[in-house]
Amino acid sequence: MLEGRAGSGAAFAMRLVVRASEVTGAARLIDVTGAHVDSCLYHGEATLDFVDRLVDGGARVSVPTTLNVGALDLLHPELWRGDPRTAERGRLLMERYRALGARATFTCAPYQLADSRPALGQHVAWGESNAIAFCNSVLGARTNRYGDFLDIAAAITGRVPEAGLHLTEARRATLVLRLAADVPGSLRDSDQLFPLLGIAVGRLAGSSVAAIDGLAPGQSEDRLKALGAAAASSGSVAMFHVVGSTPEAATLAEATLGQAPDAVEEIGLGELRAIRDELTTDAGVRLAAVSLGTPHASLAELERLASLLDGRQAHADVELLVSTGRDVLEAAAERGIAGRLAASGVELLVDTCSYIAPVLRHNDGAVMTDSAKWAYYAPGNIGVSVVIGSIEECVASAVAGRVIRDESVWQ
Amino acid sequence: MTEVTGRALVLAEPLSLWGGMDPATGEVIDAHHPQRGASLADRVVVMAAGRGSSSSASVLAEAVRAGVAPAAILLGEPDLILAIGTAVAEELYGRSVPVVVLPIAQLAAIPDGVEVRIGPGGVVRTA
Repeated sequence: MLEGRAGSGAAFAMRLVVRASEVTGAARLIDVTGAHVDSCLYHGEATLDFVDRLVDGGARVSVPTTLNVGALDLLHPELWRGDPRTAERGRLLMERYRALGARATFTCAPYQLADSRPALGQHVAWGESNAIAFCNSVLGARTNRYGDFLDIAAAITGRVPEAGLHLTEARRATLVLRLAADVPGSLRDSDQLFPLLGIAVGRLAGSSVAAIDGLAPGQSEDRLKALGAAAASSGSVAMFHVVGSTPEAATLAEATLGQAPDAVEEIGLGELRAIRDELTTDAGVRLAAVSLGTPHASLAELERLASLLDGRQAHADVELLVSTGRDVLEAAAERGIAGRLAASGVELLVDTCSYIAPVLRHNDGAVMTDSAKWAYYAPGNIGVSVVIGSIEECVASAVAGRVIRDESVWQ
Repeated sequence: MTEVTGRALVLAEPLSLWGGMDPATGEVIDAHHPQRGASLADRVVVMAAGRGSSSSASVLAEAVRAGVAPAAILLGEPDLILAIGTAVAEELYGRSVPVVVLPIAQLAAIPDGVEVRIGPGGVVRTA
């Protein structure tokens, strides 16, 4: 492949895989059974120059490949409020990746697609930090952090270096993070805990694998998604264990492979409260929007939102927006959930995310979100003030037209 | 590798280039980073580790294209994402950003603002 017999595009892809092999010190390359490619999001002309080199060189993906979010919602292009030329370049990039044979999923949560969930122990090449963390931690499939360019190179060659999280030893928890006794039961039972806990985990773990102990067993995929997305924002977390909830951590001893951890630390109520306050950049200004669905909302989350709204309308001065995948939206439409949300004034955004695409109508106030990842990146990306809250607080605020807090879960 | 020189910019915390650096200007835009507003362009960026988004490779390649990339990046541990970003920039534009891994003690000994030279073999000397 390196010599170009499979075309110059495949040879370019293989050069990148070989470079990755050098950096990681891998002894050999191994096969992957699938890929999730994040390179389809436009970050300037360099991203188009790169894919053009692959397309012009005759490259095609050799394994089933899903695509991450792009720059714009291809199904609802009227939502775009930015520079039309940027939209056109973003659309072109998304089309180029389809031309390489990847599926037009355009979601940051490919694990919500029934046919795109690798099994325990399978080797894959995934990009998108939240998806990587979910893949390793919640599915127990094996991927390293395949960043832009390398993700599609792996999809084309079907090969990755045998290194890092592809190897059992690297999946061992070297750090144990315990939820402290002062975290009240009401917060432990709340969805709100998980994104805030994730920020703390990312800061403490950096790029190492942590085992989180002290949570009730059997936590939902949506909670683990929120935790992982936050941890992969504040740190380089590619894998974590939640004792009793993730498949390689039935017990703490399984997560640590029976070895003593390098460190054991506690995460207490004060720290979680400080993270919530820190992610809230301005609680005093007018509420302009509520943004949910980062990472992309699952069908269960859309259903929950419809139940919480219960037919009530979002306030006329507040934009209530949810990002999700086009396949999840289709399932939600079939079940009547999308119709219920639309009737409450909810805008459904697909193929992209509201901190990437310029879609928010109002920029004269704060945006409330239940996502620590959104809260973390939106101020830098789109220059908005953020208030972080629970999904219940977000819905109550969207309906009331002002920020409403429920402090009771923190007592 | 050709020799590059630049003034060290020692980052107090790891920075994710995606969401952290504007690839059109090289400026730090991460609202939570203590050095927000600093420019990474032509600096020898020193940080203990890479962090965050897997899109940082694209941001690095785009910064190279736009001529606002760091002169080099010095890390305390290997970072695949930054290494691939610079490899792609070199293939597309013939310009690379050396990404060099140093022992933590050597990395920590580089004061902010000093001239750093990175020569063949990745040797780092402070002038």
